[in-house]
Amino acid sequence: MVRVDGGGSGSSLVQVRGLDKKYQRGSEEIHVLQGLNLDVDAGDFVAFMGPSGSGKTTLLNLMGGLDLPTAGTIRVAGDEITHLSARKLTEWRARHVGFVFQMYNLIPVLTAFQNVELPLLLTKLSKAERRRHVEVALEVVGLKDRMDHFPRQLSGGQEQRVGIARAIVADPTFLLCDEPTGDLDRKSADEIMDLIDRLVREHGKTVLLVTHDPVAADRAHVVLHLDKGVLVEGQTEGDRAGARS
Amino acid sequence: MKYSALLISNLFRKKIRTVLTIGSFAVALFLFGLLAVVHGAFNQGVEVAGADRLVVINKVSIIQPLPISYKERLLRIPGVKAVTHANWFGGVYQDERNFFAQMAVDDETFRPMFPEFMIPNDQWQAYMSDREGAIVGADLAKRFKWKLGDRIPIKGTIFQGTWEFNIRAIYQGERVQDDTTQFWFHYKYLEERENPYWKGLIGWYTVKVANPDDSVRVARQIDETFSNSPWETKTDTEKAFAASFAKQAGNIGFLITSIGAVVFFTLLLVTGNTMAIAVRERVRDLAVLKAVGFSDLFVLVLVLAESLLIALIGGALGLGFAKLLTLNGDPTHGMLPFFYLSPQAVVTGFAVALGVGVVAGLLPAITAMKLNVVDALRRV
Repeated sequence: MVRVDGGGSGSSLVQVRGLDKKYQRGSEEIHVLQGLNLDVDAGDFVAFMGPSGSGKTTLLNLMGGLDLPTAGTIRVAGDEITHLSARKLTEWRARHVGFVFQMYNLIPVLTAFQNVELPLLLTKLSKAERRRHVEVALEVVGLKDRMDHFPRQLSGGQEQRVGIARAIVADPTFLLCDEPTGDLDRKSADEIMDLIDRLVREHGKTVLLVTHDPVAADRAHVVLHLDKGVLVEGQTEGDRAGARS
Repeated sequence: MKYSALLISNLFRKKIRTVLTIGSFAVALFLFGLLAVVHGAFNQGVEVAGADRLVVINKVSIIQPLPISYKERLLRIPGVKAVTHANWFGGVYQDERNFFAQMAVDDETFRPMFPEFMIPNDQWQAYMSDREGAIVGADLAKRFKWKLGDRIPIKGTIFQGTWEFNIRAIYQGERVQDDTTQFWFHYKYLEERENPYWKGLIGWYTVKVANPDDSVRVARQIDETFSNSPWETKTDTEKAFAASFAKQAGNIGFLITSIGAVVFFTLLLVTGNTMAIAVRERVRDLAVLKAVGFSDLFVLVLVLAESLLIALIGGALGLGFAKLLTLNGDPTHGMLPFFYLSPQAVVTGFAVALGVGVVAGLLPAITAMKLNVVDALRRV
């Protein structure tokens, strides 16, 4: 159940309350997010849409512990992350967050296997255990046979699938996807969205997706709109199905 | 080393740049190695000098002789334990480029004075029973492929005529830095053959003192004993004597330090610039590492480790080549008989290389550590 009125139960996986984010650009103060509330349950698939500069990526960065809010709180799986030190926040990210970026952001000098293995280097898993986990992740995204390829030897869609494998390999609490199809053609974008959809439905992953693409957003359980730093109650799958019929 | 792939793969990101940077380290360390070898060659005498030995030369110059009669008077000075003497022969073997030190030595006193030169007893006996006998260092014998029994003609320059010697003994050094390129023969042979002017004259004395702490006093007393005589003396510890001898070729230490400092400063700029560029090019990758959960400290160490790895590989190559060069011995035909890269010089070279690696990598590493993930990901 996704709510934006701040009235969610304490059992939500992600609980955002009164979130404010301001930036200073020269003498100008930019109020990106204004008193934002959000509740997301485990297994939810939420898409955030909105015009450029509306604060979508900022919201994602805050929920992923990459940035700190000006005011408000974010609680994820019981952890209040807005007051963690930089070191604790880094550790928290390693345990709880899987990032999928628009530009894939694979490390070009590492193979697909090594890229996917990166988050596991921070764990105490043995080499053999890491190998097993990486193979499973690459199998899930359908690229086990390409594990020794370097990013330059893969297509954009394949690179993004490796990026998704990297995001899920350590079994994080949730996935944060920032325009994961923004740099792909329609066919590849659909394949990526199929994959994300499968991660939610078959593997029970919680996914928060930022996108400009309505087709991609249509896969989500709930689509929320951000406008001028404020979250607007979105449409559920049912609403959208009703609207289409 | 589960992070080794991450560390090593970055070196292959720009192969040519990595090779060139490693190459600059290699060249610098090769140069350092050679300078250390030259410095060692000039200071070898200082390093191996006996703490309990003094050298007595003519006060005017080392090329002026001293009377052999001083030997008994030296022995009477309190604190003097033993005395020996030697003459510089300065002959030419086949070609002037085949330089090596030849000395006429006092048979009875020379061997116990320099126990670091090891001569097998049977060879010593063979030498003693042959008036034309000679003792040569192992490296010298190796250089000219001499063996026991060989007859060696040497053309005199100070002492006229061609002198024939029979090699009766080959000595080894106790330590690796002991000079095994010398040629010794009987002083009596020299005295017998030379013209009357040289009779009763020697080149210099070496004096063993009973207590090394007493060296300064004994040296002063020796010079006082012979003051106001026709053959005044100048006495120094063997170490000071060797050092002043080395200084005749100029202040090698200063020269080497100056060249080394300039080379390493240039290397610092080159490597620092390379690492800074490498970090700038990898802002996105470093941001991703941080986003995934790698700490700021890890990123700092990663960049520093890359810089250190480059320094280590380049340093190993440079010092390795320098060592290889010294394995063939002295390339200067005897001018630098002690042509050897010591383990201490290798350790110092590595330490300097790693130091440059740390300093060059530090600023880029701090930049990487302070990288803001959100800004870095937005920048690309």
